[in-house]
Amino acid sequence: MYQYILKRVLLTIPTLLGAAALVFLLMRLIPGDICLVRLGGGGSSFDPRALANCHAEIGIDRPFIVQFLEFIWGAIRLDFGTSMWSGKPVIVEIAARLPVSLEIAVLATVVAVSIAIPLGTISALKQNSWLDVVVRVFAIGGIATPSFWIGIVSILLVLDISGWITGTPWMPPIDYVPFWKNPIANLSMVALPAITVGYRYAAVSMRMTRSAMLEVMKEDYIRTARAKGLINKLIINRHALKNALLPIVTLIGIEFAFLIGGLVVTEQVFNLNGVGRLFVQAVQNQDYTLTQALVMLTVAVFVFTNLAVDLLYAWLDPRIRFN
Amino acid sequence: MRGLFVTVFLLLNLTAAAPAAEVPKRGGILTYLIPADGGPSLDGHREATYAVLHATAPFYSTLIRVNPDNPASATDFICDLCTEMPVPTDNGLTFTFKIRTGVKFHDGTPLDAHDVAVSWRRVVFPPPGVTSARRTNFLMVDKIEDPDDTTVIFRLKFPTLSFVPALANPWSYIYSAKILDKDQHYYERNIMGSGPFKFDSMEVGQSMTGVRNPDYYFPGQPYLDGFHAIFAPKQQTRVDAIRADRASNEFRAESPAARDQLLKDLGDKITVQESDWNCGNVLTPNHKRKPFDDVRVRKALFMAIDQWNGAKALSKIAIVKTVGGIVFPGSPLAATHDELITMPGFGTDIEKSRAEARRLLKEAGAEGLSFEMLNRNVDQPYVIVGTWLVDEFRKIGVTVTQKIVPTGPWLENMRAGDFSVALEANCQDIVNPIADTGRYLPHELYSENFAYHDDPKQVEIYNKMVQETDPIKVRVLMREYEKQVLEVGAHQLPVTWWYRILPMRSYVKGWKISSSHYLNQNLANIWLDK
Amino acid sequence: MSVTVFDPDALDLRPSVWSRSLRFCRRQPLGTFGLALVLIIAVTGIFAEALAPYNPTANDFAAMTEAPSLDHWLGTDQFGRDLLSRIIFGARTALIVGLSSAFVGGSSGLVLGVASAYIGGTIDMLMQRVFDIVMAFPLIILALAIVSIFGTGVQNVIIAITIPLIPRCARVVRSAALVIREVPYVDAARACGFSAWRIILRHMVPNVMAPFLIMVTAFVGQAILAEASLSYLGLGVQEPVPAWGLMLQGGAEEYASTAPWIAIFPGVAIMLSVLGINLFGDALRDTLDPKLRDR
Repeated sequence: MYQYILKRVLLTIPTLLGAAALVFLLMRLIPGDICLVRLGGGGSSFDPRALANCHAEIGIDRPFIVQFLEFIWGAIRLDFGTSMWSGKPVIVEIAARLPVSLEIAVLATVVAVSIAIPLGTISALKQNSWLDVVVRVFAIGGIATPSFWIGIVSILLVLDISGWITGTPWMPPIDYVPFWKNPIANLSMVALPAITVGYRYAAVSMRMTRSAMLEVMKEDYIRTARAKGLINKLIINRHALKNALLPIVTLIGIEFAFLIGGLVVTEQVFNLNGVGRLFVQAVQNQDYTLTQALVMLTVAVFVFTNLAVDLLYAWLDPRIRFN
Repeated sequence: MRGLFVTVFLLLNLTAAAPAAEVPKRGGILTYLIPADGGPSLDGHREATYAVLHATAPFYSTLIRVNPDNPASATDFICDLCTEMPVPTDNGLTFTFKIRTGVKFHDGTPLDAHDVAVSWRRVVFPPPGVTSARRTNFLMVDKIEDPDDTTVIFRLKFPTLSFVPALANPWSYIYSAKILDKDQHYYERNIMGSGPFKFDSMEVGQSMTGVRNPDYYFPGQPYLDGFHAIFAPKQQTRVDAIRADRASNEFRAESPAARDQLLKDLGDKITVQESDWNCGNVLTPNHKRKPFDDVRVRKALFMAIDQWNGAKALSKIAIVKTVGGIVFPGSPLAATHDELITMPGFGTDIEKSRAEARRLLKEAGAEGLSFEMLNRNVDQPYVIVGTWLVDEFRKIGVTVTQKIVPTGPWLENMRAGDFSVALEANCQDIVNPIADTGRYLPHELYSENFAYHDDPKQVEIYNKMVQETDPIKVRVLMREYEKQVLEVGAHQLPVTWWYRILPMRSYVKGWKISSSHYLNQNLANIWLDK
Repeated sequence: MSVTVFDPDALDLRPSVWSRSLRFCRRQPLGTFGLALVLIIAVTGIFAEALAPYNPTANDFAAMTEAPSLDHWLGTDQFGRDLLSRIIFGARTALIVGLSSAFVGGSSGLVLGVASAYIGGTIDMLMQRVFDIVMAFPLIILALAIVSIFGTGVQNVIIAITIPLIPRCARVVRSAALVIREVPYVDAARACGFSAWRIILRHMVPNVMAPFLIMVTAFVGQAILAEASLSYLGLGVQEPVPAWGLMLQGGAEEYASTAPWIAIFPGVAIMLSVLGINLFGDALRDTLDPKLRDR
């Protein structure tokens, strides 16, 4: 087992290194650079000497290989340098945005799980009934609707409905307040985005729960339990759900890693100062250092979630680790 | 030069004489939106985006500025840190400013002429390692001196009408010489000014907060207790926020649709200020690329565009409105309607000019031309104007697709000459036509002209105009210059000047719109009627 | 998963195509409904020129943001363009983006996945690492790089959407193929001295068709949604090309409360098409997956 773990952990290194090389290369293939965006973005004239100055200052006039080695050496020490845009340490930039993104991710997961598992189970138990059809269409609806569209519509609805009831339109605050400072303002702000993201997430998990449950329900031991006359509820709770849970947990884990990507659009819609929006800014500003750090963060979350899932499986199913 | 100053003083007197309609109330916090993501550094000298200006201008003083009570005027400049607008001496070569006494930075240290001179030298003659974004606007400046604590002298290389407007730009914050002495990069990450508001706090990428400076040198000002500025790059968020009174306004521009929606929802709780904007789009064919090296092809493209009807329709969906030539339409140096309509791209009989365009294309052997138009991925108004142009070109049988890319690649493609036709922007702060129209000079002289054309005659006219100090003669030269750019050479075409629309909660008072979103942002004269 | 082994030469469905289709419709009413939606959209896209009442890219400044009427059944957008015509032509863009991304992504994934499984060893390990990198890599960077370098043509958007699909398909196919590799008849084929390509294409590929088809169907829907998200971020198809995702961006949001039809109809078009594809895909999975077949 230890050997297997070691092997799996070592295998993450080439992935991380490859991703580092890829983001480094892609960002520099994009025409233009951050100094141009910074000086020329406003459409007024600027001094060409200022451009050269800016290049020298942030060091993008040095040979690529030097810049790459610096990036890799920094990444190994978990030091991603300073943002080329703001001049602040990358870690400060990310830390300022992490709370809101994490909060939404966690809340969306809560929303997803609390919808997906009961509905998915019911859908499987009442397979092909009208209830199953309704749940499935609801689930596919979540997958089929662009989440930014749900976001836009939901803000408008809140404004219109509150305006209609109280006479003055209401919307959640637009600048982030931490939960411990003002729980109500905080929750009212993250609720809509969490539901918007959570709906799609719930839809995916619900479908997974349904098919996992269906599969487990066919297994011999469930049939045996039924034959033994155990009541249905007990079977579901004790046996079926427990065994169906593994693939569901896996999916939730992997989807959580994907959430950062999903947040890119949602944070844009709700004007949230989160990691997803920072990502878009960094990329559009061609802020190499910040983009590189964010990509490495995303890739690392993805790789380690996958690793955790694999290890979990190996621990549960000995056949895998000897294969 | 003297003529200009006569007008300046006349205007000054006029505004001083106008009775104040309402007595400003003290107190309250102004919450406004900045329609951008958090800006780069906090240093006004080096940055060029309004995201920085809208967040930091309230903290700083400048030497002179546009009159905050009459910011729409292109000639009404008043003192901020100086005590009196100087009359130039030495044949317009020397400007001597007297500096206020008793002004303090927010940390309590006194501000004197030395701080002003050091800050201005940093802008005009940046020391090694210091970036000054607008250095090239001050090529006429020879020396900046501070003989004593209350005097700053600017000595010019040649007299020009473009110096005073350039001096009034809002970016040249006065920094503390003592701090700069220790660290030239201090102001990139910190704020220490002498303006109407003191720095309170800043949330990275989210907001900036300032509190009233009780020691501000204009008595009674500022009226607000403080301000809270929130970065909100998305228009819909801003409209929603104003609707729900999470913020009262923003200071750049909102689209006509946003204005209409706010007026519909909030009625008289919204007040709208509008103004022509010293920004516009410019259609730039790449003269180095076939067939755009042929003046007939360029003319044909310009003549396909129905600017008059187009601008009228676009003004309902985009932040554009006024048709104009190369000079800002509100300026006395701008072409009149009659002067304009004779030039290609400005004709009033569109069927006739499209027929002529087709004929020109045929003659140039460029019938059925198709090309890719480079554009920037900003909706308001770039993409909207671009989409309009594509359909206009279709009407003379030219097929165009848009290559819409983010700012960096957009600029780089133009700089590298890697495009056929580009939709550019031209955005300036103070209306300073002589300086502003320099952007139409060939690439060799003006590095950000991307038409890549040659035109010695055009350069000759421009040089004459820069050194001319008689406003009437300047206007004649400007017409010649414009004709050379638009008609003789058909180098580039200004398409629909932008239009600033600012819906604000009606309780926001005292602030007046100007022709630039860079101007009049120190918030000292704003008050809340709540 | 259980393995159904069959000789591809015997793959002759002719005698039972009709009866099979009928059975599918009877057993999978939701799937049939989905298929019908997809077919309607396909027909709309293919015959767009004949169906659309107006030129989808022609501005009409006399008819800006008009509500649905007899002249313009779904109203007009801010440029006065007929929304119905743009949605009809948008179906074509959606089909092109959806089908080509799914097909190219799926089949590249299929070949790579099977090859990876067949070859095994170091190369398999290397390919898996590459798949990992691409899968973990944020789509937006890839999309931005492609768009910034090559511009925002439909083909570039397709490339951006396709690349992340490849490893996702390859992974699933690889694990299915690994199971098959151990089946005796593949050993036999190898013993007969058949070339690797022959074995892969003739024996392994047909046997992973079921998971492959299920994935490709799902990809079509995902590609259409990805196009919409990219458009929302300004990195998708560009004006004035009629595309649903693009129609939802910019104007739709701006006029959401003053001219809601601009936002509603393209949103509904996306929803219906992805819904249709997914319903059909689910039914297809139930039919093709032997483990679920009996249910």
